[in-house]
Amino acid sequence: MINQPSPTASVLNAAVRVVRNLLFTATCVAPALALSGAYPTAAVNTTGLAVTDTVVTVGQLHSATGTMAISETGSIQAERLAIEQINESGGILGRKIEIIQEDGASDWPTFAEKARKLLVNDKVAAVFGCWTSASRKAVLPVFEKENGMLYYPTFYEGLEQSKNVIYTGQEATQQIIAGLDWLAKTKGAKKFYLVGSDYIWPRTSNKIARKHIENVLHGEVVGEDYFPLGHTQFGSLINKIKLKKPDAVYSIIVGGSNVAWWKQLKAAGVTSDKQTILTISVTEDEILGIGGENMVGFYAAMKYFQSLDNDNNKKFVAAFKAKYGKDAVIGDVTQAAYLGPWLWKAAVEKAGSFDVDKIAAASPGIELTTAPEGYVKVHENHHLWSKLRIGEAQADGQYKVIYESDLIEPNPFPKGYQ
Amino acid sequence: MSFAGKSLVKKLAATPWWRDFGSIAVLALVIFAVLPLCLDLFRLNLVGKYLTYAFVAVGLVLCWGYGGILSLGQGVFFGLGGYCMAMFLKLEASDPESTKIQSTPGIPDFMDWNQLTALPAFWEPFKSFTFALLAVPLVPAALALVIGLAMFKRRVGGVYFAIMTQTFAAILSILIIGQQGYTGGVNGITDLKTLHGWDIRTDAAKYLLYYINAVLLLGTVALGRWVLNTKFGKLLLALRDKEERVRFSGYDVANFKIFVFCLAAMFSAVGGAMFTLQVGFMSPSFVGIVPSIEMVIFTAVGGRLSLVGAVYGSLLVNYGKSYFSETFPELWLFFMGGLFIAVVMVFPNGLAGLAGQFRAWRAKRSGASGTAPEPVSATPDRSAVPAFGAEGGQS
Repeated sequence: MINQPSPTASVLNAAVRVVRNLLFTATCVAPALALSGAYPTAAVNTTGLAVTDTVVTVGQLHSATGTMAISETGSIQAERLAIEQINESGGILGRKIEIIQEDGASDWPTFAEKARKLLVNDKVAAVFGCWTSASRKAVLPVFEKENGMLYYPTFYEGLEQSKNVIYTGQEATQQIIAGLDWLAKTKGAKKFYLVGSDYIWPRTSNKIARKHIENVLHGEVVGEDYFPLGHTQFGSLINKIKLKKPDAVYSIIVGGSNVAWWKQLKAAGVTSDKQTILTISVTEDEILGIGGENMVGFYAAMKYFQSLDNDNNKKFVAAFKAKYGKDAVIGDVTQAAYLGPWLWKAAVEKAGSFDVDKIAAASPGIELTTAPEGYVKVHENHHLWSKLRIGEAQADGQYKVIYESDLIEPNPFPKGYQ
Repeated sequence: MSFAGKSLVKKLAATPWWRDFGSIAVLALVIFAVLPLCLDLFRLNLVGKYLTYAFVAVGLVLCWGYGGILSLGQGVFFGLGGYCMAMFLKLEASDPESTKIQSTPGIPDFMDWNQLTALPAFWEPFKSFTFALLAVPLVPAALALVIGLAMFKRRVGGVYFAIMTQTFAAILSILIIGQQGYTGGVNGITDLKTLHGWDIRTDAAKYLLYYINAVLLLGTVALGRWVLNTKFGKLLLALRDKEERVRFSGYDVANFKIFVFCLAAMFSAVGGAMFTLQVGFMSPSFVGIVPSIEMVIFTAVGGRLSLVGAVYGSLLVNYGKSYFSETFPELWLFFMGGLFIAVVMVFPNGLAGLAGQFRAWRAKRSGASGTAPEPVSATPDRSAVPAFGAEGGQS
């Protein structure tokens, strides 16, 4: 859980913070000047953002309540961890980062309201937030109008690119094409069955998948079905899959429906030794709800798995568990959210400024060699170069990484796939 | 002041017209002067958004408070009004120049993502602003008419009607979310920019839209007041409290109910259209059951028998929502829940009922020496109506 102060405590905290800031400026003027002296506030903040000589304020905009809270909590935690670590290592341009958290409440108009509040009222220097495409679509016009900077962590459908957004998750082609190639190569898959929840991300992803299967792999799509979000009856779909006998099922069932979908597959005797299934929508977070024993042997295509074996990731997992408990689970989006503050820090330091225009211009080309997923680089289109990994689900709810691609260029508007 | 003068003022104050005028004038003062002077543009824009919900609440005062028809689906009409406006704005934002990156330029972006290659026929008329303006009140009114005919003509009322309105809210939100190629799905219709080339996102536009909204809202309140003061208003009260008796007196009860339900729907739709203009998008999250019930809560908090109270209720609840969620991002829902419980327990007649409660409390304290509290004719208190014989015909 997040360290949320109680109501009275938070009022007290606010008062304490004011006093502490006063004291801080009074007693620590010399060191503060030494740190931020090279970057006077007037020079690094020409657009009136919430930047002082000692503090820079950022916003955090996720759903802490409502149906999406369960998914977004991981992102909230990861962003807080990153900001804490940055503060411990000396902050940004000699300034400590403070967070204003707002609750999008799983409601898209609320996201728009809070985004405007953060940008217009609080003048935050950057916002880390949003999860669903719908919430991003709701806030995007606000960020473009008020010229804010959003770090968006979720893998998504692409077809978007904005000066005011850095997309730290994968766009659709980065998650789909290499995964399908892997299916065709190692499993010899020719006949595919596409399933998904009925909204923009699964539909767009399956559209790209179909084009790739038909035009590049010269395979065949033997079925394509969509179900409303929250759907729990997959019996007829499972029967159709048994009847059509595809070489591989490509699943983009999202959220709570997953629990029913994987449990019913197991109950119907569709196990991983009889049917290959590749999903791009089940992270370690979702397996918590599904139960590892229901997914054993099925595959997921992601850029990050908690079990990744590299030093960056070991440090990240250890720090995350130290802060949020040893049972804490880290999924793909959580890791992408963790990248946000670090990428912002790198951009600010490269630009030598907190100005949004300068950060947007400085972002392309930024590399992060300390990323838990290994290495990432920001592309001109504000998406990240990233690898694709295939994980095989284990009974303990983790994935075993069995394949890793090269770095894939982000391509949010893929030619020939639209 | 002479004694005669005093009694004249008293007499004037007792007449409904004077009383209504006073409370509406105070409301106008608050909306036109006090709020814009006290708040910065960001907060004022939020108030403008809250006031769009007040349209729904005012409609509910008529239809629920006076007509006794509890609709738990007003979000349907708010949403339809908003969508009609959003469709026009989206078409304007999707000119071939700014959508040239799409496979089919000139159609809204979400249609392109959903592999539509031509504008659906029912979108075509929304290229005309006049049509969109007419559609805002008329489409919801037509739907309300159909629902009203189907329900009230068959004498479906009370709890059954409330459940039916919930069904409509559920149906419409599933329809909108499911047909994303035609409606924008769960994302809604986003990224609305201009109205006839006039940028609705600028500061000046926000002020202007706030005032247009305020004028429309006051007009709605005044219209509601006028309706209630006519003979129709009296009949409305009568059929709420003794429907059978009104029917036996020779009135077609269903027609009155249909009319007031349609009127409330139109009010809601105007609010929805103003919401779209001020917030810059429309989403199915207003159409479902939960927001519809929230809108009933605004009315309940304000006082379901007071048109002006409904406006204050919408302001208070939504301000509370913004304030609590900004201050306590993870606990705010508990505070909202506490507020609702407190309102129901402490002032069951809402904010507008406070004055009456206060008078009753004073009368009680001064004992029998004072005059009895004046009976409020609008109170839905069946015991206050003298019963002429048994109430036959009511099951």
